[in-house]
Amino acid sequence: MNRKISCTINNKSFNVTVDVRKSLLEILRENGYIGVKEGCGVGECGACTVLVDDVPVDSCLYLAIWVDGRSIRTIEGESRDGSLSAVQQAYLDNGAVQCGFCTPGLIMASTAFVEKHKGHRVSREEIRRGHAGNLCRCTGYEDIIRAVEQCLEDAQERKAVKSDSCKV
Amino acid sequence: MFDIESYHKADSVDEAISLLLQNPNAIPLAGGTDVLVRLRQGNSDYGHIVDIHDVADLKEIIREPDGTIVVGSGATFTDLITSHIITEHIPVLAQGAGWVGGPQVRNQATVGGNICNGAPSADSAAPLLVLNAVVELKGPQGIRRIPLYEFYQGPGRVDREQAEIMTALRIAPDDFQCWASGYHKYAMREAMDIATIGCAVACLPQGEQVAKLRLAFTVAGPTPLRCWKTEEKASGAALDPSLLELVGTSVLDDLRPRDSWRAPKDLRQQIIKTLAQRVLIQALKQAGVSLT
Repeated sequence: MNRKISCTINNKSFNVTVDVRKSLLEILRENGYIGVKEGCGVGECGACTVLVDDVPVDSCLYLAIWVDGRSIRTIEGESRDGSLSAVQQAYLDNGAVQCGFCTPGLIMASTAFVEKHKGHRVSREEIRRGHAGNLCRCTGYEDIIRAVEQCLEDAQERKAVKSDSCKV
Repeated sequence: MFDIESYHKADSVDEAISLLLQNPNAIPLAGGTDVLVRLRQGNSDYGHIVDIHDVADLKEIIREPDGTIVVGSGATFTDLITSHIITEHIPVLAQGAGWVGGPQVRNQATVGGNICNGAPSADSAAPLLVLNAVVELKGPQGIRRIPLYEFYQGPGRVDREQAEIMTALRIAPDDFQCWASGYHKYAMREAMDIATIGCAVACLPQGEQVAKLRLAFTVAGPTPLRCWKTEEKASGAALDPSLLELVGTSVLDDLRPRDSWRAPKDLRQQIIKTLAQRVLIQALKQAGVSLT
């Protein structure tokens, strides 16, 4: 039951023969992307969240063959040239990481959320709803929400500075 | 690894039907958020898969020239929430879709799967019932259309033949134009939860009267249910606080809530009465009619 698929993982092309019975989670972990975690395995905890064409999905409930022709982003691709992504840095700044097991999935969920809402005012309630598919047993979520707020505020500020500089 | 015994990927509805015909044990797999969970639990009823995940024709949400809204069965809940056709014309369905699971599940799960698995708790079911949605199925004998309330046959059972694919849900303009509607899900958590009770209301006002009222509930019986007796009583009733009284006293006669570990029957009854009135008030309020 093998099929050839080709996709990109963190902007690198990836051609592989997959067993159709395997989940995206399994294929990613087997190929070294072990930042993708298996928590519940049934789509409730979000620890396995990755982005498929920039849309967050639970990779435990996603057949690997469905990514044929698509682009996948995992936590491994978020830092570039030794610097953390804005979301990663905001998690660090706000102490939003404790045991760390849920963190890769949460950061991918936050990344998609921040990219989608960049430049828009977002309420705490919307941030909470946007992260409702990710469970965290340690942090109590407050620090995570603050990290997302920081990212959105930073984006707002950068926008403001940019528009000011346009006037000059 | 999922315990899949046979697997075929369909690129079109017709191909899916012929693949289903070739194997009487085969079932369609769309979003995967139910079927893959059952497979993971080792349920061998789900071992033979016809994969319709990437059938593009099933994902469309369109408006036909006569105003009928056609929601492809393969549309995800995120597709429903972000569709201008749905948010503008039948926002009650977007409301229901917004209550499903969490963001990731809404990005993956399809409205067709939500209906075809026959769950009494389906979040899209109550809105679709008050919209009088018609289920369109395509099978070896061609296309057939049946009202959603007839499609449900029992817990986990729907009127889909083994080789049929639910292609779409159709909503006629007379079933949403000028109607006021709303949905509320009562659950223990605000996300990632199964409804204790879900309630959808649609009301067509005519002057000071109710021309038509529709009520539908989830988890208030073996399938999602319409409240036929109450709806009949409310037809022609005055649009004033007496309508709330009428609905509150009648609605339980239409439903069969039961005890479960999630909630006892008497709590469910209380929630049903409260929601019927509350959702009706809110729906009419948005249409500029005050019942209080």
